[in-house]
Amino acid sequence: MTEPPLTSSGLAKVGDATLPDRDRASQRSWQRFRRNRPALWSLWLLLFVALGVVAWPIILKIAAVMGPAGADFTQRFQPDRVSDAQFQSPSFAHWFGTDVHGRDLLSRVLYGAQVSLLVGCVAAILSLLIGVVWGAVAGYAGGKTDGLLMRIVDILYSLPSIIFVIVLITTFEGILRRGLARLGAQDLDVSGRLLLLVVGLGAVSWLTMARIVRGQVLSLRQRAFVQASRALGAGPIRVLARHIIPNTLGIVIVYLALTIPAVILYESFLSYLGLGIQPPMASLGSLIAEGADQINPIRTYWWLIAFPSAFLVITLLALNFLSDGLRDAWDVRGEN
Amino acid sequence: MYFLRRLFLLVPLLLVISFLSFVLVRVAPGGPFDRERKPASSEIERQIKAKYHLDEPVWKQYARFLADLARGDFGISLQYRNHTVNDIIAQALPVSASLGLLAFGFAMGVGLPLGYLTAARRGHYQDYLGSFVAVLMVCVPGFVVAPLLIMYLGIKWRLFPVALWVSPMHAVLPVIALGLYFAGRVARLMREGMLNVMPSEFIMAARAKGLSENALLLKHALPLAILPVVSYSGPLLADLLTGSFVIETIFQIPGVGAFFVNGSLNRDYTLVVGLVILYAVLLIVLNLLVDLIYVLLDPRVKYD
Repeated sequence: MTEPPLTSSGLAKVGDATLPDRDRASQRSWQRFRRNRPALWSLWLLLFVALGVVAWPIILKIAAVMGPAGADFTQRFQPDRVSDAQFQSPSFAHWFGTDVHGRDLLSRVLYGAQVSLLVGCVAAILSLLIGVVWGAVAGYAGGKTDGLLMRIVDILYSLPSIIFVIVLITTFEGILRRGLARLGAQDLDVSGRLLLLVVGLGAVSWLTMARIVRGQVLSLRQRAFVQASRALGAGPIRVLARHIIPNTLGIVIVYLALTIPAVILYESFLSYLGLGIQPPMASLGSLIAEGADQINPIRTYWWLIAFPSAFLVITLLALNFLSDGLRDAWDVRGEN
Repeated sequence: MYFLRRLFLLVPLLLVISFLSFVLVRVAPGGPFDRERKPASSEIERQIKAKYHLDEPVWKQYARFLADLARGDFGISLQYRNHTVNDIIAQALPVSASLGLLAFGFAMGVGLPLGYLTAARRGHYQDYLGSFVAVLMVCVPGFVVAPLLIMYLGIKWRLFPVALWVSPMHAVLPVIALGLYFAGRVARLMREGMLNVMPSEFIMAARAKGLSENALLLKHALPLAILPVVSYSGPLLADLLTGSFVIETIFQIPGVGAFFVNGSLNRDYTLVVGLVILYAVLLIVLNLLVDLIYVLLDPRVKYD
């Protein structure tokens, strides 16, 4: 192999030569993905769900200013509005029925799904940020730093993550409460709760991401274009940010898609136990818990469990098909 | 040698974990006695705190805790004050362990055949149907299955009792609710394992020798294809133990998970820290065992 001439144009050629290669590979991956029909349908379904979840509160707001009929509509479908129509089975007026306080279940499910999806996505992105930075620093620095960082990951792996989340959330909750009390503010509000959950879930979901990114960085570090950049005097931060991390993005995004359903499941698990979202706010998990509370031998209010459960299961199914499709198309082998 | 070293590493690891959990639990403001009636006087409150050494600085409490721990003593639960944490573990662990083991059996019993079938009938309708069922199982959390089982099998058709942990019949619904998710995971792993093994050359050789497809799959592919499931079974057992939090709460089973959730809601320091350590030990030992079994099953694997 002949050495590339050490002129700026020659090195630019090395850099250019790697680019189209990568583009071709990602194009092939996209083609493979587009042929995977379950994954494509799941993507459309998820977009539809996201649209519905985002649009519903806006529809309610718009209807409120559209004259008396619209105001009536908004009144009927306010997720927090208590009415006398308790435990109505699904009907034309209330498609999903009503709950113990006579609140419209459809509206509550849509608001709850919004919370679940929001927490899931934000926590997964947080775990992505932590994992990428951790893994990239460990892989690029190597030596003792690598050993130390990955040993910490090993230790955290040996803690059962759900237990770690519960301990973290109860601890942070106490600290936040005290901080708020000192500021003279009210008790922990909605955004505080969400923040707590996102931080707790993000803090335990980044371990596999860090391992995957570290492995990638270890192999990328030896590649010619990285060596060239270092030879030209680029510092470690510049090399990581410009050359290494962008090249790990494909795998990182695939793994992000695998993390989101896992985090959503975690969140509903915690909310079901009463450790996550608190009433009057709802998430899919706490809605299912409210439905399960109403189980009794005399009457079955099946819709209280069936609709939130179906919404959760369908969302998780679609996310799973989507992430499986992405994983197959990009041929990523994660752990587990 | 490798395993001895790993066993040896357990000690510093547990020190780190105990320290982390101890500090995390204590750092949060609010104590285990906040939810009770106010004591008659501050003098009494002071005495209660002194009795449980809560008036000492945290590092001193940690030293005391470590000294007790070295003797295998987890201390007295602050919430159930007539019981030591050891008592509670001795009472609850057998319940959780039997629930977990039964669910493990269920997950394997359903997952392995399902995964095998979908791989053996690849491309046929059994594959599509079975694979869909496996994905569905992974997407239906236990707290969705449990209320449905209770409503229909329990209340409507009165086939099984809906709560508590008394007779074998009481175990049926919780075991299904707990094990279903993991059955799906096992089935997917099994299928993937089979499909990875099938293109190998020794399979082709056996097929060329005219071995029947069934013997080929069962005798030659299965022993290798099952290895991913084996290495998953360590985390699986640990997940079953912690996954039972919700199931134990729903079915009112007096297991470790129910105590842990209650303990962390009520800030029962000693109970929470004790159970975290218990779970960590279980997880590490289980993973070690699984790696040992792995070496026995697959002679190609060597640890230096």
